[in-house]
Amino acid sequence: MTSQTSSPVFRVCGLTKVYRMGEVTVEALRGIDLELYAGELVVLLGPSGSGKSTLLNILGGLDAASSGEVWYQGQRLSDADERALTRFRREHVGFVFQFYNLIPSLTARENVAAVTEIARAPMPPEEALRLVGLGERLDHFPAQLSGGEQQRVAIARAIAKRPAVLLCDEPTGALDSHTGVVVLEVLERVNRELGTLTVLITHNAGIAAMADRVVRMSDGRIAEVRRNLHKTPARQLSW
Amino acid sequence: MNVRALDRKLMRDLWRLRGQVLAIAAVIMGGVATLVMSLSTYDSLVYTRDRFYAEYRFADVFALVERAPQTVAERLRELPGVGRIETRVRAAVKLQVEGFDDPINGLIFSLPDGGEPELNRLYLRRGRLPAPLSSDEAVVTDTFAEAHGLAPGDTIAAIINGRWRRLTLVGIAVSPEYIYQIAPGAMFPDFKRYGVLWMGRQALAAAYDMEGAFNSVALSLAPGASARAVIDELDELLARYGGIGAFARAEQFSNRFLSEELKTLATTARIFPAIFLGVAAFLLNVVLTRTISLQRGEIAILKAFGYGDLAIGLHYLKFTLAVALLGVAAGLGLGAWFGHSLATVYQQTTFRFPYLHYLLTAEVIALALAAGLLASVIGALIALVRAVRLTPAEGMRPEAPMDYRATGLERLDPKRRLAPASRMILRHIGRRPVRSALTVLGIACACALMMVGNYQKGAVDYIIDLQFRHAAREDLAVVFTAPTSARVLSELRALPGVYHAEGYRDVAVILRHGPHRYRGWLYGLEPAGRLHRALDTELRPVAVPAGGVVLTDHLAREVLHIRPGQTLTIEVLEGRRPVLQVPVLGLTRQYLGVSAYVQRDTLNRLLREGAVLTGAYLGITAGDEARVYAELNRRPRVLGMIANHASIESFYASMGQFVLFYNLVATLLAASIAFGVIYNGARIALSERSRELASLRVLGYTRGEVAYILLGELALLTLAAIPLGFLIGIGLTALVVEVFRTDLYRLPLILEPSNYALGAAVVLASALVCGLVLWRQLSRLDLIGVLKTRE
Repeated sequence: MTSQTSSPVFRVCGLTKVYRMGEVTVEALRGIDLELYAGELVVLLGPSGSGKSTLLNILGGLDAASSGEVWYQGQRLSDADERALTRFRREHVGFVFQFYNLIPSLTARENVAAVTEIARAPMPPEEALRLVGLGERLDHFPAQLSGGEQQRVAIARAIAKRPAVLLCDEPTGALDSHTGVVVLEVLERVNRELGTLTVLITHNAGIAAMADRVVRMSDGRIAEVRRNLHKTPARQLSW
Repeated sequence: MNVRALDRKLMRDLWRLRGQVLAIAAVIMGGVATLVMSLSTYDSLVYTRDRFYAEYRFADVFALVERAPQTVAERLRELPGVGRIETRVRAAVKLQVEGFDDPINGLIFSLPDGGEPELNRLYLRRGRLPAPLSSDEAVVTDTFAEAHGLAPGDTIAAIINGRWRRLTLVGIAVSPEYIYQIAPGAMFPDFKRYGVLWMGRQALAAAYDMEGAFNSVALSLAPGASARAVIDELDELLARYGGIGAFARAEQFSNRFLSEELKTLATTARIFPAIFLGVAAFLLNVVLTRTISLQRGEIAILKAFGYGDLAIGLHYLKFTLAVALLGVAAGLGLGAWFGHSLATVYQQTTFRFPYLHYLLTAEVIALALAAGLLASVIGALIALVRAVRLTPAEGMRPEAPMDYRATGLERLDPKRRLAPASRMILRHIGRRPVRSALTVLGIACACALMMVGNYQKGAVDYIIDLQFRHAAREDLAVVFTAPTSARVLSELRALPGVYHAEGYRDVAVILRHGPHRYRGWLYGLEPAGRLHRALDTELRPVAVPAGGVVLTDHLAREVLHIRPGQTLTIEVLEGRRPVLQVPVLGLTRQYLGVSAYVQRDTLNRLLREGAVLTGAYLGITAGDEARVYAELNRRPRVLGMIANHASIESFYASMGQFVLFYNLVATLLAASIAFGVIYNGARIALSERSRELASLRVLGYTRGEVAYILLGELALLTLAAIPLGFLIGIGLTALVVEVFRTDLYRLPLILEPSNYALGAAVVLASALVCGLVLWRQLSRLDLIGVLKTRE
């Protein structure tokens, strides 16, 4: 599945991030070096405060690093301005959040369409929703869907524009384990069928088994990068 | 219970929401300011008037006679119910001021030679009263002196009884009888072309052939006496001396105008504050509901810690009261300033009181406070009850997600061509239809207020155009000293510069229909007059029909309650004083004053006189005016001349101040409402939607695309509000027209394109400013924070 011989999608060198909160300085990232490749499913594992969300936000163009470099397909992201970052997110990145962040006033189909309408070569919203198993609930509003279904709408919304990267921040954090597994199966399928580089944040070590690579973070540093020789299908995970 | 911690939270909430707090306070301020402005101006003018009337002994009853011997005065004094009495010589005169060629009408009253008059005393601004038995000294009204730049020591000429006299001005005065001054037959006050003077009794009587006699009487009532009874006795006694009917203070022209103007002020004090306070109540409801819904968790925790429902309710009540007090305080200040300015404008233009006591009573302050607080509490009530009723367990849970549905509007788009962003706008509006509707209504009110505030000028332009281009088209109206043979017309037509002359006969009358009466003038016009014409209710010129009377619609409907076809009783107050029964043949429309018209022949016949005129309307070739005035000034039978065209300018000058003032007030207040509603709507929308807008930004929406969703909703509501505002503006103007309808003047319901444009402009400008503020705030959306939290 992985092809580390090709050039990486993301290349991160010496990345640091320092927050100043009043008089307190928080070093969220203390020098990260990492390469991520097309088609990979990478799990970022670590306790809260370990810096994994900060890293994901910088990769997704939501936050700027304090020092170091981020390269995306040969382009330097770390120097990009607000406008360029918006375009980067719009064209290349799909996001999935812990709390779904669906637009409550739009139906499942329209939530997906909200993204496909501004994308360059999207799939039809209906196809994206069928891919996540929601072909029958196209015209339901978020308030009419369960948590797992809402998260699957969010995944459909993220993949419908055929992004190169899918960034998922605790996608199962607000779900029970049974529903969580259903959502992970969808991510696994998207990764497999579309070949999208998928980065998945979790503090749940049980989920790491479905990854190609597991990056364990601790205290703003990468503590360990482990390759799974045998990936466990999401269906067999439990926690 | 530690109240101080909650109070600290209160202060911080107020500070955090300062923009919205100020916007709501501004609207409350608008309501309180209009209330205070109208009521304090009203109080001040009433107080000043009453005090001036009392100090300068304004009479209660007035009567004019042709000539009564001075001995009659003793009999008047003995009438039951009569207090003080003052008999006078009253002379209508022509005046001439050096360097001013237009005709000036004047009135000279006698002053007793031995000291102050018993009634209608003069307030001397400068100089002194005429010396006893002086023959050429006179006191003049301050308005006339000011208009011509006259000072004590200056001289003017007066043509009294056809004889030219030079008068030396020794004093400049204000009389309670002539606070509002308008020449008889004129449409507007014109300080340059109308003056009132006072001279010693002996000198004036000698000049006017009134020695040992009087032709005007003023009296005060004894305590508890009825004016009606005294008037009846007076009429009976004075009839044989050519009395034309006594009248009470209420019918005295200057006083009546003051009363009418004050009535409209009192009405303004009711209508406009209600609009503002209604809008403020709505805004408080929206802001407090949102604040409380954002603070559910805090409320729950406070309650879980043991704060009672009452303490929580009180906390939010204090928030409400703080906003209200801020608005009331600002409104009191602004209202006092507006009130003082308005009262001063009134004093400088219409009510020429010698002094002005600006009065802001404790009652007005208390009323403003009560109105401001009450409206705020009513507005906040629902939100307060919600905070009180919230149970801790319920408050700890997040609020149920918003339940959206497709709106009815979307049925207009069956092919689903609308972009999701546009759907979001429609559904958000549809999600809270009442709030959206009230927002539209609030913005519409701002538009409407602006329209009403700027309405007056257009209406007056219209009235003047109608009056002088269609009805009273004469260049000069000439008044004769006494009824004169119609042969005079050929003499007038022969004057160089006069291209047309038509005569009229007018007579003082009381019109009666059942219990309704009106004291005024009956005009006999030429049936096919080219200059002075009556207009029918469609505003087309009509010939006055023979054999009956035509009445102004307002006079017929509102005053006399009579319809065409019914018979009107006319008591003539001059000559043999016949009482006539005349059918009403039609109605006319005019906006200034009210009139009763008959054909001149009919009137002559009813009065059993020959072809007789009391005046004439002249058409004068442009450029020849001065020649004609000079010629007519020399004719002893010409009592006065009214050149209405010349008066228009001076009227506009005095109205200009009012228009400017009202435009300023209207703009300020309408903008405060528009801004208050739109800004609060925008802030609430931003607060409610910052999460989804931030989510969209994360998904790659640009700031512009996100702004479209937020500002699109505002734009849609604002655009919907403008036509509604036009409708409300028309309605509100109609209300003003209805309220301001008096027999002195009526306002037409005329709204010009500029009125609509200004109404829309104030709304659009406010929306634009709010949009810019919001655009800046959209750049501060927290993209990362929103991903980590559940609302």
